[in-house]
Amino acid sequence: MNRFLLPLGAFLLLALFLALGLRLNPREVPSPLIDKPAPAFQASTLARPEATIKREDLLGKVWVLNVWASWCAACRDEHALLVDFSRRGVAPIYGLNYKDKREDGLGWLGRFGNPYTDTLFDPEGRIGIDYGVYGVPETFVIDKAGLIRYKHIGPVTPEVLRDKIEPLLRKLDANA
Amino acid sequence: MIPELGQVLLLLALAVALIQGVLPLAGAQRGRADWMALARPSAYLQCLLVLAAFACLTSAFVRHDFSVLYVASNSNSLLPLPYRIAAVWGGHEGSLLLWVLMLNVWTVAVARFSRSLPNVFVARILAVLGLVAAGFLLFMLVTSNPFDRLLPAAADGRDLNPLLQDPGMVAHPPMLYMGYVGFSVAYAFAIAALIGGNLDATWARWTRPWTTAAWIFLTFGIGLGSWWAYNELGWGGWWFWDPVENASFMPWLVGTALIHSLAVTEKRGSFKVWTVLLAIMAFSLSLLGTFLVRSGVLSSVHAFATDPRRGLFILIFLVLVIGASLLLFSWRAPSVGLGQRFGLLSKETSLLVNNMLLAVACGAVLLGTLYPLFLDAMGMGKISVGPPYFDTVFTLIMAPLLMLMGIGPLMRWKEDELSGLARRLRWALVLAIGAALLTSWAAGRIAPATTGALALAYWIIASMGVDLLERLRPRGGMSGGVVGRMRLLPRAMVGMWIAHLGVALFAFGVAMVKTYETERDVKMTADASTEVAGYRFRMVSVSDVQGPNYVAAQALIEVSRDGQLLATLRPEKRIYKVQSNPMTEAAVDSNLLRDLYISMGERLDNGDWIVRVQHKPFINWIWLGCLVMMGGGLLATSDRRYRSRQTRSAELPAGMAGEGTR
Repeated sequence: MNRFLLPLGAFLLLALFLALGLRLNPREVPSPLIDKPAPAFQASTLARPEATIKREDLLGKVWVLNVWASWCAACRDEHALLVDFSRRGVAPIYGLNYKDKREDGLGWLGRFGNPYTDTLFDPEGRIGIDYGVYGVPETFVIDKAGLIRYKHIGPVTPEVLRDKIEPLLRKLDANA
Repeated sequence: MIPELGQVLLLLALAVALIQGVLPLAGAQRGRADWMALARPSAYLQCLLVLAAFACLTSAFVRHDFSVLYVASNSNSLLPLPYRIAAVWGGHEGSLLLWVLMLNVWTVAVARFSRSLPNVFVARILAVLGLVAAGFLLFMLVTSNPFDRLLPAAADGRDLNPLLQDPGMVAHPPMLYMGYVGFSVAYAFAIAALIGGNLDATWARWTRPWTTAAWIFLTFGIGLGSWWAYNELGWGGWWFWDPVENASFMPWLVGTALIHSLAVTEKRGSFKVWTVLLAIMAFSLSLLGTFLVRSGVLSSVHAFATDPRRGLFILIFLVLVIGASLLLFSWRAPSVGLGQRFGLLSKETSLLVNNMLLAVACGAVLLGTLYPLFLDAMGMGKISVGPPYFDTVFTLIMAPLLMLMGIGPLMRWKEDELSGLARRLRWALVLAIGAALLTSWAAGRIAPATTGALALAYWIIASMGVDLLERLRPRGGMSGGVVGRMRLLPRAMVGMWIAHLGVALFAFGVAMVKTYETERDVKMTADASTEVAGYRFRMVSVSDVQGPNYVAAQALIEVSRDGQLLATLRPEKRIYKVQSNPMTEAAVDSNLLRDLYISMGERLDNGDWIVRVQHKPFINWIWLGCLVMMGGGLLATSDRRYRSRQTRSAELPAGMAGEGTR
């Protein structure tokens, strides 16, 4: 056995993984949750540990769930867009502060602005697991009946907001 | 018409690249001088063709030709001229064209400055570079053609990404690509030597200046990118361990290892196999970085718009290039043989450890970058690896490396003894620890990790001082004063010292800023003030400003200390008209001791602004360190032994030659 073949072997293994990776799209993995009821949760809010929000509180309105963390660089990319979106009052956005420290999350919101009606605090990432979150940021649209209707992986772009999320929100809002 | 001309020029360039890649290589195998002689002219011709194609694309941008898809996607009629030119490489297709152009510039430089090298060797080098260029030209023409038409033409373009509309960003990609592509030269030298079976000290001496030159560009490119991110993104951070940053950092780590192992190969003929492998790896990582950024396998801040064919093409290219190189390596390496023996305690050993640490650091970054992909590919769920992992692992690997940086340069080749080293360096150690404690105390807080990092920075400088003093001390049989002896120091050695000094400055800056920075987020209205780190910030007003293609809210903030007005800063919040995304334009008052960094946050409903004020001590030393490292590299490449046409008489007097330890 020629030991000088080792680098080649290691590289081919890496190439195999890269080939597999090409078939996966990190941004658009079909969520098994689409058109299924949003998983139940009951979480304390980021700003006030004693207050809690649960899924049932939000039934009857169309809302957006945005998963974020203060340690996530990509979240800052979309953040200004979300702030602008919330100011236009199209639909309430709820944040899910994922695997983060409370003071870090609050500091981050203070620094970059707070687009969220309220933020669920998920330090262990438990709610994230239920929602199939694997990376931050992720964004869900949930309808009045509590069904997940759309999921976007990665930072929200102006195009996605304009062409996908907002039309969907308007459509869902029209369906009484 | 002009875009079509550009298209034809690229096709011609591909044909020439194939000729350059195949015929000289075959000629070198068969000993046909006429085929080998094709290498240089075809390299020149290919460069001209690509340059002309680049000019065609630039002209489409300058003339606002929105019938070219790439121009319509990356420019706009409001975009100022300098940015229209920079927009040529603002997207995937154009940056590939820039890549190929840089590759051609390097190839021409090799063709031009290799007169003293054997013909067969030059033919092989230029052929390898030609094949790489052919691969990239093919990639461009098949999957990402910058000259694709958009018919009917768009009324106006989608504009250049606002993030890129900044002077620092204009220079960042070209410099980075110069570095990336520069490693292709070291790679071509390695492949040519593997084919020809002439891996020896001479080969290492030829390769060194080219590798160092590429490393200089890469250092500059990465430093510039970091500086740009700091000034432009408004977060006040300078490194985010983003996959794309990592993609540029990995070749840098391996390239740094390569520079050091080439030194051993040149001086002692050792590490030959390892050096060749590093040369292949440095370029492979440049290609891998290209793949990661442009294939969309990782989500990242900078990822280009993705098209699955692109990823597949680069992957196939990657497997062909790297696979073939490693196959050649495994076939040739066993016959290379070992260099001279060396003792356990010697400069060779310290450089070996240096190489191991750098390679492990690169491996750790690679693992962190690709880990999400591995897990995903094996169906084990999806995760993202963040700065906590990188910061921890990287610091742990870098600490021993900095420690070694103080010892290695003072070691002797072949064999050294511990007692002598300890005696020579004991004062440097005491001085370093004392200075670190003093600095921490002066900064107001002694934190173990910080003091340790500062001690390492001082340690590098102190041991360098010892080295310099020893070399300037009069020795038997040498005339002339200190100045005379100073002038006899080889440039390569002085270059090494300066580069290491750069590392020390960098480490110092990182340690200081990480520990002693302060930041505050405050609500401000006109006439409100806040105090941070002894500086008083008063907001005078906020006014609306019209830029060429954006509108901005601009705050006017006066900074004073002890009643003395120091600076007036104007941070902005911009809205670019076309893509309508808000951008933060931070304002920085900068000097060598500290930065005062102000960025505008959100406007609240009552008209107040959230303003983020940061005090960042010594942050500029981070980029200063990068510049000093570069300067060291520049000095080392200008060492006289690389200038081939040396007459024997111009050489150093006997006894001084061979003292150069890099």
